[in-house]
Amino acid sequence: MSQPLIDLVNISKSFDGTLVLDDLNLSVKENSFVTLLGPSGCGKTTTLRIIGGFEHADAGKVIFDGQDISDLPPNKRQLNTVFQKYALFTHMNIAENIAFGLKIKNKPKSYIQDKIKYALKLVNLDGYENRSVDSLSGGQQQRIAIARAIVNEPRVLLLDEPLGALDLKLRQDMQYELIRLKNELGITFIYVTHDQEEALTMSDTIVVMNQGYIQQMGTPEQIYNEPENAFVADFIGDSNIVPGLMIRDELVEIFGAKFTCVDKGFGNNRPVDVVIRPEDVELVSPEEGTLKGVCTHLIFKGVHYEMEVTTPDGFEWLVHSTQLCPVGKEVGIRVDPYNIQIMNKPASEDEEAVGVNE
Amino acid sequence: MKTLKTRIKYIAENFYLVLTLIFLYAPIMTMMVLSFNQSKSRTQWGGFTLDWYLEMFSRSTIMDALRNTLVIAFLSALIAAIIGTAASIAINSMKPMPKTIIMGITNIPMLNADIVTGISLMLAFIAFGISLGFKTILIAHITFNIPYVILSVMPKLKQTSRSTYEAALDLGASPLYAFFKVVFPDILPGVLSGFLLAFTMSLDDFIITHFTRGAGINTLSTLIYSEVRRGINPSMYALSTIIFLAVLILLIITNFAPHARKEEK
Repeated sequence: MSQPLIDLVNISKSFDGTLVLDDLNLSVKENSFVTLLGPSGCGKTTTLRIIGGFEHADAGKVIFDGQDISDLPPNKRQLNTVFQKYALFTHMNIAENIAFGLKIKNKPKSYIQDKIKYALKLVNLDGYENRSVDSLSGGQQQRIAIARAIVNEPRVLLLDEPLGALDLKLRQDMQYELIRLKNELGITFIYVTHDQEEALTMSDTIVVMNQGYIQQMGTPEQIYNEPENAFVADFIGDSNIVPGLMIRDELVEIFGAKFTCVDKGFGNNRPVDVVIRPEDVELVSPEEGTLKGVCTHLIFKGVHYEMEVTTPDGFEWLVHSTQLCPVGKEVGIRVDPYNIQIMNKPASEDEEAVGVNE
Repeated sequence: MKTLKTRIKYIAENFYLVLTLIFLYAPIMTMMVLSFNQSKSRTQWGGFTLDWYLEMFSRSTIMDALRNTLVIAFLSALIAAIIGTAASIAINSMKPMPKTIIMGITNIPMLNADIVTGISLMLAFIAFGISLGFKTILIAHITFNIPYVILSVMPKLKQTSRSTYEAALDLGASPLYAFFKVVFPDILPGVLSGFLLAFTMSLDDFIITHFTRGAGINTLSTLIYSEVRRGINPSMYALSTIIFLAVLILLIITNFAPHARKEEK
């Protein structure tokens, strides 16, 4: 039903001979919250800047609402950006900052006044009209930057790591604030971050990127529970990635032990990668376990204990559990079939190297 | 005991400071005092007078020279400020390697001996068939002023982040509007101090002006030089006193203007 609002078609971009984006395709639906997630240098910010018009793609097209806007300068695009370092105009007060875009569009004075009031209320900073930029804290400045962007009623708001410079508590508050804003405004958000928690909390769709490629695209649940490759599994949360052998549908062999799973269609006797989240590893008595191991490491993390269980083949299983297992004790490992995620082995060595590095 | 020690130290420090200031300013003070001397003698005090100042203002050669000096200083500083600011923006957006090279090249005219700059400019004007006169002095002054403007604008440009300019574009501003509304206010203190620095440099330049001026046109410095050769007249002391004070005031403004602006906020 909802048409894609933005379509990136075969976008490639390189800087000084280094390929940053390689034949990237991405479509963003109207009124969604899309997060581009990846380590620094993965091309996420470049993608955002190409959408915003600050960079020109070497090849490919940017389609906005059915129209090719690849050659349109930023000031002619119907979208606004919230920059990482706020980029407020320090020689103007807050009201002048917010009014900047509206004045260019020659809106009437009373309209501008109303809009400033409305925007400040929306970001919970009523009465800040005449304050100077320097007198505001980082979090407040960021909210003004958002207010300045949204008064122009863009159809898409681009956010380039807007919470990167804030401290943890403030960052969490701002995450909820952004979700609220998104729901109240009903516009499309495209958000760039390297923080997987931020991405999981706020997004409808997460696009995991690495080395100029989209690794996986899906809902936060899909990305977390069904990572398509080792890179995604490792980048989003902690995980145990172990080599396995798919004996047949719904049966996988790991370190010589057979685990039932729910995945099908990988073929018989195929080597695969298996992802098991640390919180999905159940510790049982040695006799009950599918695999046996010895607990080698124990840290109290507050919500749970973080343990490492070493199995005879030398692999250290990361385990999150509220159940304590003292170091040196022999335990059994059991995993529910639906918690086992099977992935194809990376096709090239290049891809594998990426997974191991991260 | 301790108080005595600190007091001696205090006195010694101040004595040294006063001594330094005397070395620096005694000659100028001497000239200033002589400019009020009734007698033409350089050694005897003949009573206080303002005659030399009056004579200075009544002589048309001096007034012409003063006008030339001010017009050239103002125009050359203004044009250098515009060219220099534009150049700074271009240099700032260059890649590191060309940037270092260009900055090195722009610094050479500042380090170069004035006499070399002066003679080479004169030769260039003659070679290209430009008759020496007001406009050649102006061109010469613009030339040596540009590096000073670049020098004072560059640090300001480095401080302003590119993202404010991009934010302005993002909000619908055209590149020109974004520059004048967002970037220019940020670098204005640098441009102003560059302008004032250029103005001062132009005001007290002698050597380059001497080589690039044609017959019949004088700035204050060249006028004083030619007058001195013919036998010194105390009205020249008066003139020099005024030049010194003008430059002093400008320098004070140059040094304090950026700070005053900061405190204003």
